[in-house]
Amino acid sequence: MFNNNVNFLFGDSLSLGVSEKLWNYNYTRYHPMDEISSWMDSVVEQNPKLVTSLVYGQTFEKRDIKLLKFGLPDPGGLEKKAVWVDCGIHAREWIAPAFCQWFVKEILQSYNESDVRLTKFLQKIDLYVTPVLNVDGYMFSWTNQSTRLWRKSRSLPPQGCTCHGVDLNRNFNANWGTVGVSTDCCSNTYCGVSPASEPEAKAVTDFVGTRVDQFLCYLTIHSSGQLILLPYGHPQITAPNYEELVSVGKAAASEMKKLYGMEYRVGTSPQILYANSGSSRDWARLLGIPFSYTFELRDKGEFGHLLPEDQIKPACEEAYVGVTSILSYVYDNNFPNDKLPTAAATACVHVTGLIVMTTLATLLVTLGSV
Amino acid sequence: MRNSVPTSSIGKLLYSTNTTQQQQQQQQVSLDVDVMLTGELNPNHYPARRAAQVVLHHLNTRYGSPYWWGALRQVHKATAEALGDSGRKYSLEVTLQDQISGTKETCTAEVVFPGGPAGGPPQVTTSYEGKSEINTQAQEEALYNQYNTSQNLLSGHNLPDSYGHVAPGMEPFWHLGGVASSFVMLKESSENTLYNMAQVVSVTQLATENNQLRFNYDVLLHEMVSQEIIHWKLLASWSPQEGVKASQMELLPKCHHCEPPQEH
Repeated sequence: MFNNNVNFLFGDSLSLGVSEKLWNYNYTRYHPMDEISSWMDSVVEQNPKLVTSLVYGQTFEKRDIKLLKFGLPDPGGLEKKAVWVDCGIHAREWIAPAFCQWFVKEILQSYNESDVRLTKFLQKIDLYVTPVLNVDGYMFSWTNQSTRLWRKSRSLPPQGCTCHGVDLNRNFNANWGTVGVSTDCCSNTYCGVSPASEPEAKAVTDFVGTRVDQFLCYLTIHSSGQLILLPYGHPQITAPNYEELVSVGKAAASEMKKLYGMEYRVGTSPQILYANSGSSRDWARLLGIPFSYTFELRDKGEFGHLLPEDQIKPACEEAYVGVTSILSYVYDNNFPNDKLPTAAATACVHVTGLIVMTTLATLLVTLGSV
Repeated sequence: MRNSVPTSSIGKLLYSTNTTQQQQQQQQVSLDVDVMLTGELNPNHYPARRAAQVVLHHLNTRYGSPYWWGALRQVHKATAEALGDSGRKYSLEVTLQDQISGTKETCTAEVVFPGGPAGGPPQVTTSYEGKSEINTQAQEEALYNQYNTSQNLLSGHNLPDSYGHVAPGMEPFWHLGGVASSFVMLKESSENTLYNMAQVVSVTQLATENNQLRFNYDVLLHEMVSQEIIHWKLLASWSPQEGVKASQMELLPKCHHCEPPQEH
């Protein structure tokens, strides 16, 4: 009925009060870009007090890069802090945009239940969610069976080379071009001609970069591998808050494992995967955003990027508890005098209310039958 | 292992000001900082994981079938040892899981990655003695009898499809493709790779020969470190008695005008 996990930020996922248009949207299927775009429009249209959308850049092929901004007015009128979540930097990682959509659904449901924790969070912190960052690449991966495993953007080949696309997660200005990249444009880890040369990377750089003082947390969602990666991708650099990043990451992984027993390994990329440079996660941390993580969702190679649709729900539920675990910590860390009520406390209010109502109802019935 | 870097170096490393275009056909850019670790390894870190994946591929080639396809579940312990010119040896304790039945098996294993310029495939030995609990014999024989024919030869493609779906009747041939791909992935593996099969592009049955069912496979392999999708053809033969064998393994170029990647 209610969960006892104090790290759950946004409460139970009951489907109450979601408008008809969004109610019909199937969050356990993969959606092509046009469906995701019109879904985003519906989210804003149906929840104008909670969400706005913003186009913050254009892809190489001149498509809009759009985010959803969730926030509520701060009763104290103070300047808001912010959290960033992006999905779909890599085209073939379809479970990532599926998770961003799922995450939005959870927010909407919690909001419609007047969830106290969510309200408090959004009064202090604006949540920026980009369901698909690499729009061109994502659309290309939907073209036909032979394009399904495309990873990069769809920029034209540079001078002297013949292949399309840049690995956007090697293109950010963070030790760019130093390790774990290729300078061959045909390679899947091609880092581009210069840092943030790609419009998709530049869009994020400009948007977050001009608001850096607001941002507390930067999360970027990928697949696969079941990993929570912390900065840095370069093997010789350590983040100043490394220990804290590890412990918050491990707490998230522990929450995730409770659902379906899935292990998520936590560490830097050079420790548990491979060294790399130019990642968005590293760029965010270098900028000073204290909590920056890459989530690599299911699975561990059996299906890889071709995760079956019947795993969308459990994969997203796992990711959800992991993400909210981190967001809860980030909130409490920044507002220590005004912490989020625990989920148990919130539930107690509900249960107490139920007991009172039941008692009253029993009393009324008893009186009525006299 | 993390090494702290002197402050003066950090500034240089943090932001690259290199804006010139790279014209040369340089391959992976890497720093000579990847010191090959020896001794006790962290079982969650990549060196142990990559070696364990090699064990997995070896066991799939020996014990895999349309009804038994192993995946790496856990690495418990790992050590590495330099063998001078002969390469490097990993000693591991791993748990595998059959992707079909879910049963787990734990075993110890040794993986030797050969040294020197010739390279060559890794050599694997394990304590594994065969699948203990699940008996797939009845299913295997039923499948064999159903497809031991020269008419209505099986064919299929895109296993799984874009949505991760495999039709129930095709699942054994998806598994078989995965097991047969392990022959390729085993021989292609090094300390710098981590392979999984991404997809069976196509499977086409040929007439049975020497009591072995035979299938031409077109498969896509995913190599994690380079993030490349690598296209291979192979001929898989199988019977319940002989297990799975792969032959005529051929690397296909990424595109018609491309060269196959260099040997590492």
